[in-house]
Amino acid sequence: MSNPPVKPRLVLIGNGMAGVRTVEELLKIKPDHYDITIFGAEPHPNYNRILLSPVLAGEMTIQEIVLNELDWYKENNIKLHTGKQIKTIDRVKRKVIAEDGTEEDYDRLLIATGSTPFMLPIPGNDLPGVIGYRDIKDTDEMIEAARLHKHAVVIGGGLLGLEAANGLKLRGMDVTVVHLGPWLLERQLDEIAGKMLQKSLEDKGLKFLLETQTEALIQGESGRVAAIRFKGGMQIPADLVVMAAGIRPNYSLAESSGIYCNRGIVVNDTMQTYDPKVYAVGECVSHRGIAYGLVAPLFEQAKVAANHLAGYGIGRYTGSVTSTKLKVTGIDLFSAGEYMGGKDTEEIVLNDPHGGVYKKLVIKDNKLVGGVMYGDTADGPWYFQLLKDKRDIHDIRDSLIFGQSLVGDVGHAGKSKAAEMADNAEVCGCNGVTKGAIVQAIKAKGLFTLDEVKKHTKAASSCGSCAGLVEQILASTIGGAYTPAALDTKPMCACTDHSHKVVREAIVAKNLTSKEAVFAEMQWKTPNGCDKCRPAVNYYLISSHPHAAKDDPQSRFINERAHANIQKDGTYSVVPRMWGGLTTPDELRAIADAAEKYKVPTVKVTGGQRIDLLGVKKEDLPAMWADLNAAGMVSGHAYGKSIRTVKTCVGAEHCRFGTQKSMTMGIKLEKMLFDMYSPHKVKLAVSGCPRNCAEAGIKDVGVIGVDSGYELYIGGNGGIKTEVAQFLCKVTSDEEVMEYSGAFLQLYREEGWYLERTCHYMERVGLDYIKGKILEDEEGRKAYYFRLLDSLKDAKDPWATSREEQPIKQFIPIKLEA
Amino acid sequence: MSNWKLICKLDDIPQLGSRVVQRVTGGDIAIFRNAEDEVFALHDKCPHKAGPLSQGIVHGRKVTCPLHGWNIGLEDGQAVAPDVGSCSKFDVKVENGEVYLAV
Ligand SMILES: Cc1cc2nc3c(=O)[nH]c(=O)nc-3n(C[C@H](O)[C@H](O)[C@H](O)COP(=O)(O)OP(=O)(O)OC[C@H]3O[C@@H](n4cnc5c(N)ncnc54)[C@H](O)[C@@H]3O)c2cc1C
Ligand code: HEM
Ligand code: SF4
Ligand code: FES
Repeated sequence: MSNPPVKPRLVLIGNGMAGVRTVEELLKIKPDHYDITIFGAEPHPNYNRILLSPVLAGEMTIQEIVLNELDWYKENNIKLHTGKQIKTIDRVKRKVIAEDGTEEDYDRLLIATGSTPFMLPIPGNDLPGVIGYRDIKDTDEMIEAARLHKHAVVIGGGLLGLEAANGLKLRGMDVTVVHLGPWLLERQLDEIAGKMLQKSLEDKGLKFLLETQTEALIQGESGRVAAIRFKGGMQIPADLVVMAAGIRPNYSLAESSGIYCNRGIVVNDTMQTYDPKVYAVGECVSHRGIAYGLVAPLFEQAKVAANHLAGYGIGRYTGSVTSTKLKVTGIDLFSAGEYMGGKDTEEIVLNDPHGGVYKKLVIKDNKLVGGVMYGDTADGPWYFQLLKDKRDIHDIRDSLIFGQSLVGDVGHAGKSKAAEMADNAEVCGCNGVTKGAIVQAIKAKGLFTLDEVKKHTKAASSCGSCAGLVEQILASTIGGAYTPAALDTKPMCACTDHSHKVVREAIVAKNLTSKEAVFAEMQWKTPNGCDKCRPAVNYYLISSHPHAAKDDPQSRFINERAHANIQKDGTYSVVPRMWGGLTTPDELRAIADAAEKYKVPTVKVTGGQRIDLLGVKKEDLPAMWADLNAAGMVSGHAYGKSIRTVKTCVGAEHCRFGTQKSMTMGIKLEKMLFDMYSPHKVKLAVSGCPRNCAEAGIKDVGVIGVDSGYELYIGGNGGIKTEVAQFLCKVTSDEEVMEYSGAFLQLYREEGWYLERTCHYMERVGLDYIKGKILEDEEGRKAYYFRLLDSLKDAKDPWATSREEQPIKQFIPIKLEA
Repeated sequence: MSNWKLICKLDDIPQLGSRVVQRVTGGDIAIFRNAEDEVFALHDKCPHKAGPLSQGIVHGRKVTCPLHGWNIGLEDGQAVAPDVGSCSKFDVKVENGEVYLAV
């Protein structure tokens, strides 16, 4: 008797994008669980199939599109059989048999055999020179044909056909696209847009035969295809015929082994077939009756399959909305969701044939459900995000079609026109990353997600304000392969599959009061989280259970742990609070004394109307604070995801224009909010009249005095991309200013996700939603306001408590005499 | 050859936290304690731009540098991929609740 196998065996049939992605996901969450064997019919390691188009166009090489080098298989102890096609699956003996007789036993089988091009059933479809467009072999054959022959015909004017035609043209062939429909991409575009597209492709030298049906392919003397004949008798020369008339899921192998198939291998929401030992992912699969032909949904399937193969049993695949982009350089076409429209939908269309721009948005129940863009696709990812988030758009409907920058809404998160940027343009100012470097990394390393780009290039990994731009670059580089995660389902970080939303809801609903409880209850994958999730969880805990949950200093970023800002040389900066930007000679004297006593190299006035002492040694912090406390000053929280400052103008106290006492109002607000932690930093400003010298229009809460009271504005931001605050309401008294702004900030504290600024929170939920909560529901508003005051009722100065309550050991270095 | 020096009590280092050991020459050393009470010591200088690793967030057997977020392995001082770099590590041991460092 042989020894039982040490590990269960997993066999993957199909060394392509979906199958290998599943294995990668599996190795990430449960390495070493299986003995893994992969069979691939192609003689190559896994490569990025979608980039075959740029390869054909001569913009990339095969070497550049390999996703997993052979070394990757070795490093992960994966047995790889390339160039071996599986002929039989023996489900009784649980083994697979390849054409050449190679056999492997399995405990779990994963089928990812992709799809095959649909070859029109016409005479001559098997002649040499007649091919589909699917793999490296086809691409090589097309490149070779372009070298030796002149006339190419592409059958099918869909995305794949147009990409093939464009590539062949660039390689010098004379290319005709034959299309049955009345215009190109008739399923995505209406007639006008289809004609616009055709015109630009004709300008590139392509020829089109529309409403034309192919009848036969005719053999030449060499034995190779020589011509193509259409219904009606017309005939044109063709030394190469590329069939791009659709794909068929490749499920014959599964079907012949008795696995239930119906236009694809039928799987449930865990990607399991009718045989519980057999899973399937990719284009060969039929899930809820749909077979997908784009990588983004396949990658979602891969993630779910991996989780179930790992035995965790978390997560279901429930289907995807998809978007596509034509990868022809110089032509911008983007479509997403239900772009065809249908029952109960409305359409908004913008059509500018001279400007070469066409946009169609399909709307249902005040939500965007689909769209097509031609000529100007810069807003494609933004629309797609709105669509995935099922955001109610009725408040921005009027200007929706003009794109994000014209929508009178807030929070563009640094998005602009990525496609138009030059390669040497800087995208991430924090880390000095150019567009070219990002595109290069996406292509060379096969990156598909924002997180991957962050990791490899550092773009968007610091302040994050260029994340929108990076997403656009991703979208324009890899086309439909990129899907932004819907915000409320995106996992917090690699430690968990749960989103911010789910984690916070569980903390509230299950009354979790410590990070340990959260990690246990939510089945965290790491023992104590990471630098991304721990601060977020800590914030959710203390904001949801203000007095019951204990703050965990070790879950806070160093600035909040040390109550000072770390500088690049490891020293700190100290910013004492100056309420409403006011100070006194005594305070100034104490600051001057402290600056001298602790040899502060730099003293600076900040934009927050107070004084920054920069370059303080960590070990000096407690003593310096004690000195400042003795002079009556407290922490300015210049370091926190917290209330920062309330900036004020001179106001009616002195100013000849002033209508309201802005300094007094500012001080009241700052005192009310003292020590308030929030998802991200919060800044306020109060101006005494509409001249607005305190710049209230770019603050999280801006207050502007008018003759009859105050106007309140919310969601402003002065960051990389300036966001103008939106008008919330007008109030008449100081008390109302406090109640309304306090209620809004508490709403944000309860609903904003960690590191989401008010402007991004507002973009996500919509201004109308906030108005509903704060203006239309008086009781609700008072309740928010009450909860804010209640959470802050025993706020203390962290500089003082760091001496009294918390151990101050962190500030004291251990001296070694050697 | 190593010369074990008594540094502090284990409890002088917070769980998932660190302490800085200042040397007369050779630069500071960061001593870390994780949730399992394992103790590690690294040169307190991030391989990226010399950030003080002692000030980072400790998780598992890693620390995240406070300046630009590189993750550094506590056992080997190696930056976690895709970042590349390493910082020197020092032997530490805990005996009877006391932490010793080999210098
Ligand atoms: C030119 C081109 C451009 C594209 N552009 C885009 C785009 O811009 N955006 C987008 O989202 N998608 C695009 N796609 C589609 C995308 O490439 C596919 O959706 C994706 O590759 C499907 O992944 P898969 O793993 O299901 O199949 P594949 O990647 O095709 O992998 C299946 C593998 O299984 C192997 N196989 C099949 N049967 C067997 C067997 N019996 N034994 C062993 N091995 C077997 C096949 O040889 C193949 O290597 C494009 C496709 C092409 C061809
Ligand atoms: C987008 C990313 C941003 C980052 C990473 C950032 C970072 C910082 C840091 C580290 C400090 C502290 C400096 C010190 O040590 O004292 C600071 C202070 C400050 N920042 Fe920013 N900042 C950002 C955006 C902004 C924006 C958009 C504004 C204003 C419109 C702004 C206004 C200020 C002001 C006024 C201060 C002074 C501190 C105070 O008085 O509280 N910052 N910022
Ligand atoms: S905003 Fe109006 S009240 Fe305030 S300083 Fe300017 S002019 Fe004077
Ligand atoms: S110095 Fe550590 S990440 Fe930059």
